[in-house]
Amino acid sequence: MNWNEHLPALLLALPLLGAFLAPLCSLGGKTVRNAMFMAISFLTLLVAFFLWRTVLAEGIQYYVMGGEGSRLSLPSGMAVPVRIILEVDALSAFMALCGAIASFAGALFSLNYMSRFTGLSRFASLYLLLTAGMLGMMITGDIFNFFVFIEVSSIASFGLIAFWRDRPAAVEASFKYALISQVGSMFILVAAGCLYGRYNMLNMAAIGSALQMGTMEKLALVFLVGSLAMKCGAFPMHMWLPDGYAEAPTGVTCLLVAVSQASLYGLARVCFSVYGIAIGSAFIPWMIIVFGLASMFFGVAMAVVQHDMKRLIGYHSVSQVGYMLLGLGVGLLVLGDPRAMAEFGMTAVTGGLFHAFNYTMYKALLFLAAGAVYYATGKRDLNDMGGLARKMPYTAVMFLIASAAISGLPPFNGFVSKLLIYESSFAVHPFLAVVALVTSVLTLASFVKVFQTAFLGPEKGVLAGVREVPPAMLAGMAVLTVVVLGLTLFPSWSLSNVAEPAARALVDQSGYIGAIMGGGM
Amino acid sequence: MIGNAPFFVVGVLFMMALVGIFMSRNLIKIAIAVTILGSSVNLFLVSLGYRAGGSVPIHFLAGEGEVMVLPTPQAMTLTAIVIALAVTALLLSLIMHVWRHYGTIDVDEVRRLRG
Repeated sequence: MNWNEHLPALLLALPLLGAFLAPLCSLGGKTVRNAMFMAISFLTLLVAFFLWRTVLAEGIQYYVMGGEGSRLSLPSGMAVPVRIILEVDALSAFMALCGAIASFAGALFSLNYMSRFTGLSRFASLYLLLTAGMLGMMITGDIFNFFVFIEVSSIASFGLIAFWRDRPAAVEASFKYALISQVGSMFILVAAGCLYGRYNMLNMAAIGSALQMGTMEKLALVFLVGSLAMKCGAFPMHMWLPDGYAEAPTGVTCLLVAVSQASLYGLARVCFSVYGIAIGSAFIPWMIIVFGLASMFFGVAMAVVQHDMKRLIGYHSVSQVGYMLLGLGVGLLVLGDPRAMAEFGMTAVTGGLFHAFNYTMYKALLFLAAGAVYYATGKRDLNDMGGLARKMPYTAVMFLIASAAISGLPPFNGFVSKLLIYESSFAVHPFLAVVALVTSVLTLASFVKVFQTAFLGPEKGVLAGVREVPPAMLAGMAVLTVVVLGLTLFPSWSLSNVAEPAARALVDQSGYIGAIMGGGM
Repeated sequence: MIGNAPFFVVGVLFMMALVGIFMSRNLIKIAIAVTILGSSVNLFLVSLGYRAGGSVPIHFLAGEGEVMVLPTPQAMTLTAIVIALAVTALLLSLIMHVWRHYGTIDVDEVRRLRG
């Protein structure tokens, strides 16, 4: 049997199996459950890695669910695909790899972090379900299926954000997120209905091949862009994000960062692969750019005044998502113009996607480090901390690396992707690059403040008994640190082998459509 | 004209639900509005698949008719109903916890997270 062919299905089957195995394994005790949890997370990461290698080597992979054969996208006599198809191009595989790394690191971190709480079988179950939902959003090729996976991941994350249900703030954050995300999901379903009503198809590639811009398509596009921008935390609809990130258990926050990137992936997929050049007017690209600018600036402006460590990092998420929206928006703006595309459009898309990868890694690391500080000291308010670098040297170093990366200090990976975005947005209008640069400076200022107050300075008397966190938590952070440092030390390798294939796959609409519509094989 | 009636109902229900979500102060009423939103979308999907005079889309019970209603939107609706059920249950249980912690289900008083 050729395993490579079944990798897309395995990527979803593994975490789903784990999710339903978790309560069963808990009967065998703590060790069995933790071993299963780790094994499943690690296997998912391996499958994501092999899938990524396969896609880079052999081109787009697809998998037909419930068909006569897993590679039969068009059954005989059918002009359009009728089954649920998983379609994995370089972009999907790239995002899935990124999500799987974050999921593995969060799981490793949670082993120690959650060990003093009860209800861990449900925790492992929901965690793996959230992973499955996230990976499903990234690799599905069917718009209704995308909605289903969004709901799977949303429902799992409502439960996980409210995991500490004895804390009022956690329940409130979860309710807020549930409400907003449910309205957003219903918009996506309406959009899927609009597209289905026009084309009698749900497959994204098939819709893309037939798409003619009309009223229904515009309606669907606005619904999709609005709700997906909300799900990834763009500015006017960001209010759920800092609350949810701050109140969820830290291992989960690490995964939620990756889940918001899955929504960003959905946004990119809809704009580039389904609509593509047919978008026509510059309205939607500019809307995405404006979302990006507003998120960047207001996110960081609200972050500098925070003094709750996790909440502060949460607001920085809003501003970082702005960079990716800016990059993708600039790319979408010049999609129909081959000359501008070659000059700066590709750079913008590459920068946006590379930033998504970098962002997931260093932001997850920042959250884990903040969680480690909370675990060791029991405090989240920056004013209560001080001098922790002496007590927690490893955490301090990793936090420093992540803060340097998020502030875009050369030579860290955040600098590389931000530079690409500055360059390309400058070509559209200098104002865009100015906002991006100012945001970067404010980010640096904010993280200097955090690092200085929490880790440097005189030691606080109440923190005398603080010790470094247990090994599994350090290991979880180390996984992400290694990735950040790897991307930092080999920027040209990671650009040409990680980010550029994904960007090429994203702008190559005919390739995405051709893989499904090209023939039955 | 009369064929479009379901879509008007969908529009009215959709707007009602949105108004309910943004205007209500009672969390239970907000949860009800979310359910109505789900129902309006489901109605939209089912009406999309309806064909005038069509018969049931079952392979061996299709009857005499030449026209069948579309089965895909019905399958989608069933999936969406199940998902909406799970979300409603979760929302209600979260409201229960909110009530337990705050002693009220008024939106304006459940405000510990701000800024």
